[in-house]
Amino acid sequence: MLGKLSWAAIPLDQPIPLFTAALVGVVIVGVLAWVTLKGWLPYLWREWITSVDHKRIGIMYILLAMVMLLRGFADAIMMRSQQALAFRSEGYLPPEHYDQIFSAHGTLMIFFVAMPFVIGLMNFVMPLQLGIRDVAFPTLNSVSFWLTATGALLVNISLVVGEFARTGWLPYPPLSEIAYSPGVGVDYYLWSLQISGVGTLLTGVNFVTTVLKIRAPGMNLMRMPMFCWTTLASNLLIVAAFPILTATLAMLLLDRYLGFHFFTNEAGGNVMMFMNLIWAWGHPEVYILILPAFGIFSEVISTFSRKPLFGYRSMVMATMAICALSFTVWLHHFFTMGAGADVNAIFGIASMIIAVPTGVKVFNWLFTMYGGRVVYSQSILWSIAFMITFVIGGMTGVLLAVPPVDFVLHNSLFLVAHFHNVIIGGVLFGAFAGYTYWFPKAFGFRLHEGLGKASFWCWLVGFYVAFMPLYIVGLKGMTRRMQHYDVPDWRPWLLIAAGGTAIILAGIILQIAQLAISIRWRKELRDETGDPWNGRSLEWATPSPPPAFNFAVLPSVEGDEAYWDMKQRARQQAMLGEEPPYADIEMPRNSPTGFICAFFATFMGFALIWHIWWIVVLAAVCAFATFVVFAWRDEVEYVIPADVVARIDRANRTARGETLALSGTPS
Amino acid sequence: MSAFDAAVGRDGPNHVERAQGSPDIQHSAKHAAYALASKRIIAGYGFWIFLLSDIVMFSAFFATYAVLVDATAGGPSGQGLFDLGNVGIETACLLLSSFTCGLAGIGARTRNGFWFYGAMAATFMLGAAFLSIEIREFMGMIALGAGPTRSAFLSAFFTLVGCHGLHVAIGLLWLLTMMAQVFAKGYRADILRRLLCFSLFWHALDIIWVGLFTMVYLMGVTQ
Repeated sequence: MLGKLSWAAIPLDQPIPLFTAALVGVVIVGVLAWVTLKGWLPYLWREWITSVDHKRIGIMYILLAMVMLLRGFADAIMMRSQQALAFRSEGYLPPEHYDQIFSAHGTLMIFFVAMPFVIGLMNFVMPLQLGIRDVAFPTLNSVSFWLTATGALLVNISLVVGEFARTGWLPYPPLSEIAYSPGVGVDYYLWSLQISGVGTLLTGVNFVTTVLKIRAPGMNLMRMPMFCWTTLASNLLIVAAFPILTATLAMLLLDRYLGFHFFTNEAGGNVMMFMNLIWAWGHPEVYILILPAFGIFSEVISTFSRKPLFGYRSMVMATMAICALSFTVWLHHFFTMGAGADVNAIFGIASMIIAVPTGVKVFNWLFTMYGGRVVYSQSILWSIAFMITFVIGGMTGVLLAVPPVDFVLHNSLFLVAHFHNVIIGGVLFGAFAGYTYWFPKAFGFRLHEGLGKASFWCWLVGFYVAFMPLYIVGLKGMTRRMQHYDVPDWRPWLLIAAGGTAIILAGIILQIAQLAISIRWRKELRDETGDPWNGRSLEWATPSPPPAFNFAVLPSVEGDEAYWDMKQRARQQAMLGEEPPYADIEMPRNSPTGFICAFFATFMGFALIWHIWWIVVLAAVCAFATFVVFAWRDEVEYVIPADVVARIDRANRTARGETLALSGTPS
Repeated sequence: MSAFDAAVGRDGPNHVERAQGSPDIQHSAKHAAYALASKRIIAGYGFWIFLLSDIVMFSAFFATYAVLVDATAGGPSGQGLFDLGNVGIETACLLLSSFTCGLAGIGARTRNGFWFYGAMAATFMLGAAFLSIEIREFMGMIALGAGPTRSAFLSAFFTLVGCHGLHVAIGLLWLLTMMAQVFAKGYRADILRRLLCFSLFWHALDIIWVGLFTMVYLMGVTQ
């Protein structure tokens, strides 16, 4: 009846996961009770859960990423403290638990922190920058989000029901095969990634279509803000790379569930094929994450330097070059496979070549700042810190791209330090820069500047203190994923690294405080104008927060920096353009399809993990029925009447006119 | 063509108001023609992108098959297992079903119920015939002891061909849903768009099959 599921699945002998789960359970029940008592459930259902508005979905993505960041960071604290303690001793985490922690940490941070964070920002910003009202397929967007949430939920369920994978964030066979990992841990990993992977792929399809097919009048490709270009590149990569992940994980699932022989040791299975396939997805994946961050830095640096982006065309070229080259370097993840000197040399050189367009970008950002009037806001602090940190991480990457060096350093903490250097210093700093930059657009008030800067410094110092020692112990020969060790030489560095984690923790606490205090002081931090940073692209032409329809009348784009040009014109003529004639706007209706599908997908994933076949069939039938019901509906849009549009837009125009009058001559 | 376009009607939330008034607005009306696509174009374009991603997934399975084709682990190889006659009938069914699927599109365009339902039903029968032949082939191989667990080659074969078969099965389910929708709701614009996507999907399965037929079966028997 319940497949492999029994009471034995609850880890009653392990206090840490049980305590954590109890705490999380109390928090969830508490929040639900509070929301219900306050009577907010209907509001949440109507305005958020069933929303197909790209802005709302984007915000929910970022919320998911931030909550999962806390979970992933808790794992990081445990790993660092374990390694600080486990010198000639067992530490406090038994090996089977420690292995689950580093696997969960990587899986969560890549798939459920970095991915939702950048997808959330793309969701929120890209349609606004393109001057349009929503993405190409709004309901599909909601389905994507909820499937991602399903994946995150399944990973977290594994904390209390059963176990998580002990194989690392990529389940290399033969360890991940049923013979060596007979438990449900790898299955949790596989099904949560398959389900959330569908969501990501649909996002890719949706966003590529949006950027290529729907833009405001006059917004041709070479006038798009840089962030839209990087969104396009990143989503092209999603469309081209995620199907490979789906196929690879499907093969591993077939091996585990039906006894196939893709990656087994016997009957002709080929283990190295897994490494090739997974990294044919995995390397483009790192560019899926970093390209949107590059876009964010371009926007932030240009806005706060009060200058157009330097070398826009070369930036576009560099972005698309990275997009194409990212598919030609995957073998550098396993130079030690033994493909031979020639093959390794080719992939080593290709890996170094990809550093060239990235270098072009760094120089463009520097030249954007050069001669500009740089305003040192929290967003640009993250951007400057990124440039320094990312260059260091990039150079250690080029080092690792030299095959003989890689033979020495592969699988060491040097590698761990390298990819944290580029992912924290690149993706995460970018996400935080974007979060502080677009927060006022999303909520109508700014984030507290002082606390944000304090948090930034903790993060920056904490990052260097935590990860520079790892480069050193890596050079001293320490391999990754060690539960305990007995080399006295490593110990001081690991103690310093643990200290760095504590500093990062302070940064995270300050970020939470920043959010809480900014909400409390929202009146003082209010952004009345919709353009708090004197921005250059179209998202700043809308009120903060933007109305459901974004633009009362689709803007007409006549230059490279759409909104900056409009402001200049308005200043020269000392008035805004004439009031446009308002018309009714039809917007897509909300739909619970995404939520209901994800609801059934959760059951289906859980039942597949535990071999409860009747629930699998039932949930699949229900999911299909949900789609049919969705396809059967007659009213797909609702109308916002012209007078409502006019009222909202007139308020926006008044606020804007006052700011322009106050700011006087163009700066 | 015209029936499709006329049926599209409203342009959705990104539609530009073509009003006279301020210079900005006249400008946008001037640009609208090239900047904004109709819903039908957007749906078809998006579905093409999805199909490309599907083809990338198949390419991963094709590559796997190419790597593992000789890994028979002492078991049977394609030469002894594949029956080209059978595969020829399968191919004929699938290619003919693409033709009837095209007819169904014309039937929908001209609002001709006889042609639409007739051609959709024929497409369904051909697809189902393809699927039943494939299932029989699989069953026969498993009965011979050449199931997917026998060797890495057979794992790759069953996965690649089976993945295509699964797509056909999903296509059949979609086909029935589309017939039911047209029956219940008529030739509405959004339903015609879905029909366009369905026919793209069905033709894409043919493209995959051409690759399969060549790489798996033809190259398999001539090895």
